[in-house]
Amino acid sequence: MTAEIGIVRFPGSNCEYDVARVLEALGASTRIIWHGAETVGGVGAVVIPGGFAHGDYLRPGAIARFSPVMEAVADFAAAGGPVVGICNGFQVLTEAGMLPGALTRNVGLRFICRTVECTVESTSSVLTGRALAGEVLRLPINHYEGNYICDPETLDAIEAGGQVVLRYRDNPNGALNAIAGVANATGNVVGIMPHPERASDPLGVGTDGVILLESLLAAAET
Amino acid sequence: MNYGIIVEIRSLAGLADPEGLAIERALPSLGFDGVRGVHVGKVFRFSVEAPTEAVARRTAEEMCERLLANPVIERAEIRVDTESAGAPA
Repeated sequence: MTAEIGIVRFPGSNCEYDVARVLEALGASTRIIWHGAETVGGVGAVVIPGGFAHGDYLRPGAIARFSPVMEAVADFAAAGGPVVGICNGFQVLTEAGMLPGALTRNVGLRFICRTVECTVESTSSVLTGRALAGEVLRLPINHYEGNYICDPETLDAIEAGGQVVLRYRDNPNGALNAIAGVANATGNVVGIMPHPERASDPLGVGTDGVILLESLLAAAET
Repeated sequence: MNYGIIVEIRSLAGLADPEGLAIERALPSLGFDGVRGVHVGKVFRFSVEAPTEAVARRTAEEMCERLLANPVIERAEIRVDTESAGAPA
């Protein structure tokens, strides 16, 4: 059975169709879910895509967190449903308290748009289940606020608990422990700054992102 | 009654403030020597209708906890603006 993946669209989201295109190429059906919806309607997984939800006003993700759909997304995640936030979606999930830590401005105050190498640190998340631990993926990043930060106790806990799913090899934005992506304790909620959907076509920067979205699709089908 | 409120949001102590640092480093080239500890934050001004100042302050505190500040990276300082008290923001 093919899972349907819900992709949340806020005012200001801009990667929802990129994500949908790749997931559909992998055999999934997709549905764009407007942020005002009060349910995610029986989908197998939810993606919060990149962009600038609500214009990034106040802080990235700060206002998106209060969109009606986020309550449904939180309930879906609490029931074990796979939820993945990419870039701005990662910021939304940290602001919503569904993932630990926060994303602050890049060291050097530069918007960074380039392809970077990331190491898969943990395969016990819905986004990395099909990847190999230690595998290096070339993935595009495209952000100003991707500098991951959290308090020392949280850092110890997420490192010890295998919640760091992706780590930059050259730490372009100054993230704590070069963290590029984290999961919650149960591995069903994941946020990453790189864009796997933009590394899913041989005509682009390669296809290293496919394994991540394939992992999500597999998780959505179980 | 209307209470004027000023909320100042700053980075948590010990957290890097790259914007403040960039400004601090630019100042000597304009001849401002000896300036240290530049921090950049945000200020919110608004008025709250409440029976007492304590209630107005509590409302502002809850706003900070839920929306205006992210406690993981920021702290909020709330002041009741006595000069604008009673005036619409």
